[in-house]
Amino acid sequence: MALQSLDIIRRSATTLPEPAIRTGTGDVTVAKLIDTTKCIGCKACQVACMEWNDLRDEIGTNVGAYQNPHDLTASSWTLMRFAEVENTKGDLEWLIRKDGCMHCADPGCLKACPAPGAIVQYANGIVDFHEENCIGCGYCIAGCPFDIPRISRKDHKAYKCTLCSDRVAVGLEPACIKACPTGALVFGTKEDMKLHAADRVEDLKSRGFQNAGLYDPPGVGGTHVMYVLHHADHPHLYSGLIDNPHISNTVRLWKGATKPLALAAMAFAAIAGFFHYIRVGPNETDENDETRAAEEARKLTGPEKRP
Amino acid sequence: MTNHWVDIKNADVVLVMGGNAAEAHPCGFKWVTEAKAHNKARLIVVDPRFTRTASVADIYAPIRTGTDIVFMGGVVNYLLTNDKIQHEYVHNYTDLSFLVREDFSFQNGIYSGYDADKRSYQRSTWDYELGADGYVKTDPSLANPRCVYQLMKQHYARYTPEMVARVCGTPKDKFLQICEIMASTATPTRAMTIMYALGWTQHSVGSQMIRQGAMVQLLLGNIGVAGGGMNALRGHSNIQGLTDLGLMSDLLPGYLALPPEKMQDFKEYIGSKSFKPLRPNQLSYWQNYDKFFVSLMKTWWGDAATAQNNWAYDYLPKVDKLYDMLHFFELMNQGKITGFICQGFNPLAAAPNKAKLDESLAKLKFLVVMDPLATETSEFWRNFGEHNDVDPSKIQTEVFRLPTNCFAEENGSLTNSSRWLQWHWKGAEPPGDARSDLQIMGGLFTRMRDMYRKDGGAFPDPILNLTWPYAQPDSPAPEELAREYCGKALKDLADPKDPAKVTRKAGEQLAGFAELRNDGSTASGCWIFCGAWGPTGNLMARRDNSDPTGIGQTLNWAYSWPANRRVMYNRASCDPSGKPFNPNRKLIAWNGTAWSGADIPDYKADEDPSLGMGPFIMNAEGVARFFARTFMAEGPFPEHYEPMETPLSNNPLSPGNPQSLNNPAARVFDGDRKTFGKPDKFPHAATTYRLTEHFHYWTKHVRLNAIIQPEQFVEIGEALGQELGIASGDRVKVSSNRGYIDAVAVVTKRLRALQVDGKTLHHVGIPIHWGFKGLAKPGFIANTLTPFVGDANSQTPEFKSFLVKVEKL
Repeated sequence: MALQSLDIIRRSATTLPEPAIRTGTGDVTVAKLIDTTKCIGCKACQVACMEWNDLRDEIGTNVGAYQNPHDLTASSWTLMRFAEVENTKGDLEWLIRKDGCMHCADPGCLKACPAPGAIVQYANGIVDFHEENCIGCGYCIAGCPFDIPRISRKDHKAYKCTLCSDRVAVGLEPACIKACPTGALVFGTKEDMKLHAADRVEDLKSRGFQNAGLYDPPGVGGTHVMYVLHHADHPHLYSGLIDNPHISNTVRLWKGATKPLALAAMAFAAIAGFFHYIRVGPNETDENDETRAAEEARKLTGPEKRP
Repeated sequence: MTNHWVDIKNADVVLVMGGNAAEAHPCGFKWVTEAKAHNKARLIVVDPRFTRTASVADIYAPIRTGTDIVFMGGVVNYLLTNDKIQHEYVHNYTDLSFLVREDFSFQNGIYSGYDADKRSYQRSTWDYELGADGYVKTDPSLANPRCVYQLMKQHYARYTPEMVARVCGTPKDKFLQICEIMASTATPTRAMTIMYALGWTQHSVGSQMIRQGAMVQLLLGNIGVAGGGMNALRGHSNIQGLTDLGLMSDLLPGYLALPPEKMQDFKEYIGSKSFKPLRPNQLSYWQNYDKFFVSLMKTWWGDAATAQNNWAYDYLPKVDKLYDMLHFFELMNQGKITGFICQGFNPLAAAPNKAKLDESLAKLKFLVVMDPLATETSEFWRNFGEHNDVDPSKIQTEVFRLPTNCFAEENGSLTNSSRWLQWHWKGAEPPGDARSDLQIMGGLFTRMRDMYRKDGGAFPDPILNLTWPYAQPDSPAPEELAREYCGKALKDLADPKDPAKVTRKAGEQLAGFAELRNDGSTASGCWIFCGAWGPTGNLMARRDNSDPTGIGQTLNWAYSWPANRRVMYNRASCDPSGKPFNPNRKLIAWNGTAWSGADIPDYKADEDPSLGMGPFIMNAEGVARFFARTFMAEGPFPEHYEPMETPLSNNPLSPGNPQSLNNPAARVFDGDRKTFGKPDKFPHAATTYRLTEHFHYWTKHVRLNAIIQPEQFVEIGEALGQELGIASGDRVKVSSNRGYIDAVAVVTKRLRALQVDGKTLHHVGIPIHWGFKGLAKPGFIANTLTPFVGDANSQTPEFKSFLVKVEKL
């Protein structure tokens, strides 16, 4: 992969600093805005994703739900999830959410990944997997607060939504955006998407959704996939959308403080061992030492005079 | 649609009822999304199920399947009682003030003139009272008890909110809330659009359900205005084209009628169709019927159609009886059909009562299937276990499969719900030996014609003299056919006011149906399409979507029949003086000498409004009808009748009258009546419908569709699930009196138990898309369950209301 042609700002398991001469677009990043209040759950996005990425998942079975396939897989990078919720007025709401990678600004997958360059983050905010470097360990799944990446049984590599990094790189919108018939999916700069969302929230409030809002969770630094929700105060209603996502403490610690600490511990052990050796090691004697010392002494002072 | 897709963004209120717009038309639905996002529109959904459309609606109300006339009749009652009607509109543009004959009557569910043995009406009493001048008598004060307004108030007095709650199961508060929102569009500056589909057509009273919706729209002044209309969502990309071209057993192209057997006289036929004006100075445009008819006959029989032989009138077969789908298969079941060319159709899956279809097809001597897919119908003879339990050794039918290409593998036009003819271009080569339908039909015709030439026949003239002017007789090109439908001048046409001036040269395409003549000098295969391929070329191929007025009137995108008019009846968007009712959404206006604006006027272009010509120029009255006269089989006002398979034993709107329990005018074949089920054995109300992931029985052959919706399921509410101990994912058996299907159960909150006539009623939802061919998991044909009976006017089968029982497997 010709990495210098991509505007990468972070790579997994790499401490070498990234090329930093590009001014690029400054702080401007892209975002996909998913408006659950306009979404009709038609699954055009699921199909477009499979078509663009040349993926074909299994033809499964129906387990009693509209959701098909049943879960994200290495071949289904996005999935419509359906939740039936009775609201406080006794009316039914059918909350339909397009699930997939949130493209976090502080990606847990990248932090957890031990394979150098298997996960990268571009300057535009997209978090991408470079599977040629993936070792299939599954740490990315543990690191992801949203439980998104999936390991393929075929090649044991991890896969997830790429936010169509290949299309975006040549100025096209992601395939799902293009396919969405109602405009529930829109794409543009994160700032523009936030402005668009603000208009939507105003409209929703005028229709009685007092707690409508934008889902752009700060716990992961904000995301480049955001949701407009009727009930921004209860994200979990949307088939378990995480209320307060953040990278788990275990991952943070293991990939965070424990690294330098572990290094420090190793360095300390090495130095301590050295000092221990030079201070204590040579001062201990064993039988051979005694015998040799006696030999040395005899050589120096001649045979022992008997009284 | 009377309006069009883009116009829906102009609506202030959108009612989706008798349809599931988001599910079935996700792309068109974006115009509803636009109306909500940019026009603050409110979306109302009324449906037995909480659908995908309901998920984005502002208000949802449940309704028992088959009771829409009660609901919308209840709205009529509400509007009349609370006087929430657009007065200037209804007084001037409808027949509210017209007087009805004294001998017209309605008693406990039955209209005057009923013949119970024939199950039909003698309709002559269903008409206006005419004066000595031949015009309808009116009472503009609306006080006369025989005026349509008073008769309507009387008729709908029974349709109270309490009756709606009782019969439909709709909570009264929800019903009244919806009435209020609808009533808000009675003012000239607000408009409601109604989007409906098969939930209103696939009933034994479907046509009247639709009429009931239209009556509500007329009361509110929503017909002919931007953001209004009665908008049918057609179920296939070119089904509008199919009906436009008259592919029903009793029609000719352009909604002309095939003459009935008793009308052997050409002049009598033309006279019966050329409605004379019933009010002074009305256009009554069907008076031009002969121009359309003669131009059609010249298209088909060219020089063999002359004034002397009444334009080959005798070549046309005459209707002895209807040959609609249901009757056709009934005849097949009686062994009266030798062969069947089944083109782009999968009746084993799509027609009701699969068992009857299996039996019927097996009685054919031969079956020809023209289709790009291997359909269930083409393998009706093969055993597929429970899914098609037949014995091939007992079936003698010879089946020919002629693979056709699909729409993307040829040029042609598709006519959408908006009446837009949009030309499309070939995207790929057809696979293998597949041929276009035109090639196959061309090949069949030329061979048959040769055989008739050689061997003669009882009356081969219509076949031998049929014009067949195509460059390759075996393979007519879509462009040749398109030009033929639109039509051309056969001779130089002169200006009627100035015979020396030639307005159209012989051989030139015509610019519109106003150029059609009844003297054999013009030809047009489908008068309503005339102009789509005009003298300047193929207007259907235009792709200019500029929208200068901002109200979605993209006149240069494709071609909208008739005459590129986008909103029908748009004269009604202006008051009687010619000024637009809503200055913010002007369609047309009178400028002192002519009508013009953002649309092609649906009116005589230079007619001064003070002369009183009405906006509904196809009607002899010039105004819209609340009173349908003799034009509907069941009666001039919609009346509620229960579905043929009903959970009730009594019709609450006409209690105690067994004749009016179900549609008294609907045709029921004797054999089929015996197959109807009763609520004691089949207690639940079932309805069939479509999912967004699939199109009928096609897309189960497509991998991507099969992935996103792989396997047959049925939907039941949580209450019924609890009662029967069924959880989501369990397998269940759903049976009607005609057969059973097994499927996975989806137990959902979206189906609530309803209180109907004092009892709890459960709906069972049955998506249709499964069968024994394709990539999706094999399943049962849903129409195993449905009843073989249709609407009294259109014969569309009652797929949407029948009775079933559910058992856990």
